[in-house]
Amino acid sequence: MRCATRSSRAPGTRVISVPQPLLRVRGLDVTLGATARTAAGGVRAVDGLDLELAERECLGVVGESGSGKTQLLLALLGLSPPGARVAGSVSYRGEELLGAPRARLQALRGRRIAIVFQEAQSALNPYLSIATQLTEGPRRHLGLGRRAARTRAAELLALVQVDEPLARLRQYPHELSGGMRQRVLLAMALCCDPEILLLDEPTTALDVSVQAQVLAVLREVRARTGVAMLFVTHDLGALASSADRVAVMYAGRLVEQASAPELYATPLHPYTAGLLRSLPLLDRPLPERLPSIPGQPPDLAALPPGCAFAPRCPLRHERCATRPALLALEDRAGARALACHYDGPAAARAGAWA
Amino acid sequence: MGVSAVAPGAPLLEVRDLEVRYRARSGAERRAVAGVSFELAAGESLGLVGESGSGKSSIARALLRLVHASGAARLAGSDLLRAEGAGLRALRAQLQIVFQDPQGALDPRMNVLQLVTEPLLEHRRAPRRERRDRALRMLERVGLGAELLARFPHELSGGQAQRVGLARALVLEPRLLVCDEPVAALDVSIKAQVANLLRDLQRELGLALLFIAHDLGTVRYLCDRIMVLYLGRVVETAPRDALYAAPRHPYTRALLAACPVPDPLRPPPEPLRMATPLPQVTTVGCAFRPRCPLAIERCAHEAPAPRVVGASIVACHRAAHAAQAPKD
Repeated sequence: MRCATRSSRAPGTRVISVPQPLLRVRGLDVTLGATARTAAGGVRAVDGLDLELAERECLGVVGESGSGKTQLLLALLGLSPPGARVAGSVSYRGEELLGAPRARLQALRGRRIAIVFQEAQSALNPYLSIATQLTEGPRRHLGLGRRAARTRAAELLALVQVDEPLARLRQYPHELSGGMRQRVLLAMALCCDPEILLLDEPTTALDVSVQAQVLAVLREVRARTGVAMLFVTHDLGALASSADRVAVMYAGRLVEQASAPELYATPLHPYTAGLLRSLPLLDRPLPERLPSIPGQPPDLAALPPGCAFAPRCPLRHERCATRPALLALEDRAGARALACHYDGPAAARAGAWA
Repeated sequence: MGVSAVAPGAPLLEVRDLEVRYRARSGAERRAVAGVSFELAAGESLGLVGESGSGKSSIARALLRLVHASGAARLAGSDLLRAEGAGLRALRAQLQIVFQDPQGALDPRMNVLQLVTEPLLEHRRAPRRERRDRALRMLERVGLGAELLARFPHELSGGQAQRVGLARALVLEPRLLVCDEPVAALDVSIKAQVANLLRDLQRELGLALLFIAHDLGTVRYLCDRIMVLYLGRVVETAPRDALYAAPRHPYTRALLAACPVPDPLRPPPEPLRMATPLPQVTTVGCAFRPRCPLAIERCAHEAPAPRVVGASIVACHRAAHAAQAPKD
C-alpha cells in the first residue's frame, strides 16, 4: 500500500465512509475545565474526532493516558462531566445525539447504546444484589415484570459464561472475583439487547488468564447477538483477537485508522509503530533493550502547536510544526486513514524506530 | 549494622518453607503461601509469576515483615522473620520495595526531593547536606531532571512517579529490591522505559531483584530465573530461556497460551479451564488438578513433589507428558 499523495486526494475527503454507519462521529471536541485551567478555553480532551461504527462491527480505539478515549465514550453517551464543552456531531442512525433532550438520551442509554466501565469493582453497587442490578435495565427499558426480568438476567449470565447463574443472582459484588464482576457488568450492558456496546478497557487490570476468558466471552457474545462494539483500550495485544478495524488516538486526536490485519502488519503512524514494538513478545528473540517510545505522555495543557506526537517522533521535520489532517489513503481495504506529514519513502517510515 | 558479610557462594536471600495464612472475616483460614522455598544470589533477578491468589504478593509482604509468616527467611545470613528493633531496621535498609501504584505509594504532601531524602533521614544516613546530594544524584540516575524536584506526586505522570519510587528505594543502597508489579499500571510506551531503567540499575548496582508480575513478557526481559506459583505453591522454577522455550508444568503452559499475541491473524489467546479457586488450608493431591488437561487418578491423591525435568524443577506427576504435548 502507499500513502495518497497530496494531489491525488479529492479536496475535502477526510475519512472514507463505511456504508450505513450505526454511529457517526464528526468533528467531536470535548473541552474540560474551560474556566478553571486557563481563561483561553481549558484542556481539549477530544479534538476534532471523526469515527464511524458499522452494524455488527468491532472497532478498536487504542490510546494511552491523555488520549481522550474515556472522554470520547462519555461524550457518546451524553455523560461528559459538568463543565465540559462538547461540540461537533454524534449521530445514531442519523439522529443527532449532541444536545438531544435528556429524556431521549435516557431512553437510548442502556437500551440502544450500553457501556461496560473500566473498573468492575466500582461500577457495581456494593449494596445491591447482582439480581437487583441486572434486572433494573430490563424492567425500566423493556417493561418486564420482576420474574421475567430475573429470567432474562439468568440467561444473560449464562451467555457471558457465568456458571450457576441462579446462585450468582443472589450474591453481592464483593463475593465475586474480578473476572466474574467484569462478566456481570457485561451481562448488565447486554440485558436490554443494545445495538452498540461501548467497552472501556474491559481487560485492563485482569490476570492474563482471566483476560483471555473475557476476550473469549466477548467473541461469543458478538457471534450470538451481533452487537456492534467500540472497544477502547491501551492494549494492542488484547485487541488483536477482537477488532475488525482499529483507530489510534493520541492527545485527543485520531492519528491512524485501518483494518486490524493491516494496522498490525504495517502500522504507518510512528506512534502506532512505536506502540506495537514496545509490546514485549514471547516468541521473538529477546532484545538487548526493550524498544520504547521516548518522552512522556502528552500534557494536554501544553501541547506543541503542530503534530502532538512530534516531540517523541523519530520522523519529525519542519512541517510537523503545523497540524497534520487525517487523510484517507488509497488502499485495498478502503478504510485506511493517517494523520502524519511524513512523505518520504515507505521503507524509511517502516524503519523509523530501528 | 546487624548485617553480616555473605560468604562467597552463599545466597543473599534464603527462604525455607515460608507460609502465610490469612483469616477471612467469616473465620475461614486461607493459606496464601503454602510452604515456599527458594534462594536468590546477590545480583540475580528472580521473577515470581502467577494469577491473583497465587501468593506472589504475600511472599513479598512476608519478606518485608508486613504480614506475619512462619518458616524461615535469611537475608545475608540474618533472620528476616524474627529480627526486631534496630536489627530489623538495619535489615530493612538492605531490602527495599517498589509498589505497583506509583502515585498511591508516594506521600501526596511531600515534593520529589523530600520523598527521596526521607529514607536517608529515617535511617539516619548521612548529614543534612550530604542527604540532599545523594538524593539529587539518585534522582538524576533514574532520569528525573532538576525541574521536577519541587513537584508533588499529583503533578507527575505515572512513569515519573514510578521513577521517584525507584529513587526512594535505591537511595539507601539496598542489596535486594522487591518489585511488586512495578510496570503494570504504566502506559505501554512508558512501561518499556521503566523496565529498561530497572535493568540498567540492577546491573550497575549489583542489585538482587525479586520481580513480581503477571506480565510474562516483561518478566522474560528482566529475570534470570522464574518461579511459577499456583495457589501458594511453587509449581515450576526454571532459567528464563528454558521456561519460555520448554515450559514443563501444565499451568506454566496454560499461562503462556493465555498471553495475547498482537497479531489478528493468529489464534486468540486461550483461556484456562475454570476460574482460579480460593487457596485452601489443606489440599489433597495436586492443587492444579481441577483445571489441568493432563490430570490422572494419581493427581487426586498424591501431592506432586518437585523434581528435575530438563532445566526445570517441576511439581507435576505429568511433567514429562506436558513437555511432549504439542504447544498449541
